[in-house]
Amino acid sequence: MLRLNLFLLLAAMICALGVVTSQHKARKLFQELEGEQERARSLDVEWGQLQLELSTWATHPRIEKIARDKLHMHAPEPAKVINVPAGGR
Amino acid sequence: MARARSHRYTESPVLQLAFPAWRSRLAALALLGGFAVLAGRSFYLQVINNDFLQEKGESRYRRELEISASRGRITDRNGDVLAVSTPMRSIWAIPADVKLTPEQSQNLAKMLEMDGRELNRRLAEDKNFVYLKRQIPPDTGERIAALKLPGIHQNKEYRRYYPSGDMTAHIVGFTGVDDKGLEGVELAFQDQLLGRPGFRSVIKDRRGQIVEDVGSVKPPQDGKDITLALDSKIQYLAFSQLKQAVDDNDAKAGGAVVVDARSGEILALANWPTYNPNNRANLSGAQLRNRAVTDTYEPGSTMKPFSAALALEKGKFRFDSVINTAPGKLTIGTATISDSHAHGLLTLAQVIQKSSNVGIAKVAGTFPAEEMWTMFDNLGFGQAPKLGFPGEVGGRLRPWKTWRPIEQATMSYGHGISVSLMQMVRAYTVFARDGELIPLTLLKGDGNPVKGERVFSPQTVREVRAMLEMAVQPGGTAPKAQIPGYRVAGKTGTAHKLEGGVYARKYVASFVGLAPASDPRLIVAVMIDEPSSGKHFGGDVAGPTFANIMSGALRTLGVPQDAALQVAGSNAGKEAL
Repeated sequence: MLRLNLFLLLAAMICALGVVTSQHKARKLFQELEGEQERARSLDVEWGQLQLELSTWATHPRIEKIARDKLHMHAPEPAKVINVPAGGR
Repeated sequence: MARARSHRYTESPVLQLAFPAWRSRLAALALLGGFAVLAGRSFYLQVINNDFLQEKGESRYRRELEISASRGRITDRNGDVLAVSTPMRSIWAIPADVKLTPEQSQNLAKMLEMDGRELNRRLAEDKNFVYLKRQIPPDTGERIAALKLPGIHQNKEYRRYYPSGDMTAHIVGFTGVDDKGLEGVELAFQDQLLGRPGFRSVIKDRRGQIVEDVGSVKPPQDGKDITLALDSKIQYLAFSQLKQAVDDNDAKAGGAVVVDARSGEILALANWPTYNPNNRANLSGAQLRNRAVTDTYEPGSTMKPFSAALALEKGKFRFDSVINTAPGKLTIGTATISDSHAHGLLTLAQVIQKSSNVGIAKVAGTFPAEEMWTMFDNLGFGQAPKLGFPGEVGGRLRPWKTWRPIEQATMSYGHGISVSLMQMVRAYTVFARDGELIPLTLLKGDGNPVKGERVFSPQTVREVRAMLEMAVQPGGTAPKAQIPGYRVAGKTGTAHKLEGGVYARKYVASFVGLAPASDPRLIVAVMIDEPSSGKHFGGDVAGPTFANIMSGALRTLGVPQDAALQVAGSNAGKEAL
């Protein structure tokens, strides 16, 4: 009888310690998850800002200005355009 | 021995004392009463007052957090961003709590890019809450937070940016404070774009870190992204060409619309004057107006092809039926209709080509009023085009029973009836689609051609398209609308403006056309309000603008050419057809 009781006491203590460590681990992991979620949010914000920057740099008036003034490009006259039919038949 | 001793106890005189029976009962009762009070108290705490106490307990460690959601982005059909929200910080203060050293306040003023005195003035205000500066970049906000100044707080706000600025201002619109759409797509699709913040309750430890989620979590719902049918390249083309045309002609305003004839998608919608949605100080009503959708005008001759189509449809006229338009004047009742150039005998096709008012009025005179009204109604005149745009108008189409003969005549060439540019484009889809009127849409479709409602037969439409092609060729009203390499079909419009019920010497010049005429892909409409640099005919004012927009848009979309102009390979021409 006594031996069984001692055994059960030991088992209960091991379980209790297990609960404590797993709780601790869970909280650690949860904090990590929180951190990563926070990072995901800030990356999303950054993505929005980069998209904004991209569209600002790539506005058509700006592209046209650079193409015309800096690179001296112009649209080809229709007579100089040769149409190649798809498939080449 | 033991027995003897116990005997001695009972014999002891002290123990011989006899207590009255009620004393022990009283003691038992008192004890029981005490237990009953305890049980009652615990019942009160555990059952009756439980919820309140649980809540109080939880509030000691539990925190409700709001999870912010962002407003959806608006992009064009290729994914280029037209409107995006990005988080900003707003710095506010509780003046009573603020205790800054002069050095600190100088530092803060510098970070906020504010005048030091202005900052001090705000901090001296007798209020509980004062904004120091709204919508500053987040990294500046972080640096201010790092200073840990007492009484200085900040919160997160979103700011909406429109990278393409004035170019797409009318179609995209803008939002006001609190992410509420006020104009354009921002208003029309407010419900989809709006983000709904979520909530979560968490347990925080003493360092303020979240330890655990407890209870229910309501996830935030970010606003949906909206993909418009708009093509930024074509939009830029339409916008810059329209601006050029308004400048060149000293015009008051203008509008241009480009529509894909297969899907009904609006590829471009430009208005002039416009505004910069990123900086809305000093906005005027004229700048805000989305003319192509919310303003009506008397379309003038761009209306003629519909009457011609009706004449063909009812079999009253053929393509080459001859109509006498001499001497360029026609009197109906007390009013006289005149042509800007007098012509003699014209075929129906030539009436359209040369845009003869007299000719088309004679044609229209042969219809019952009801028949003509039904056609206009089928074409969507008098009804808003239901794009979902704020402030869409339906124009004016009076009931046929009130028409007088002169009115029926003038309506055939686009006076006495008013439409918006968007309605005109929609009506022209019947000529691009072999007789079907299709609904227009602001949103990108799935790429499949849409079904329409039949208004004219394919044969009628093919003949009208041939007439419209003649109008663009030499001898027509708009040779300047030609595009090398493509067959173009279109119609000019030059309408007098109504001012106070009288036609003034002010004009609206317009052009609506489609290309390639062999298999129409695009419809472009251009409207120039009050050109005043000498020219006022639609063919001279709006025609070249149409040609520039159309040729650029066709090239952008890679539409095969259908007119022989240096084509590689002998079969290419046929294939393009």
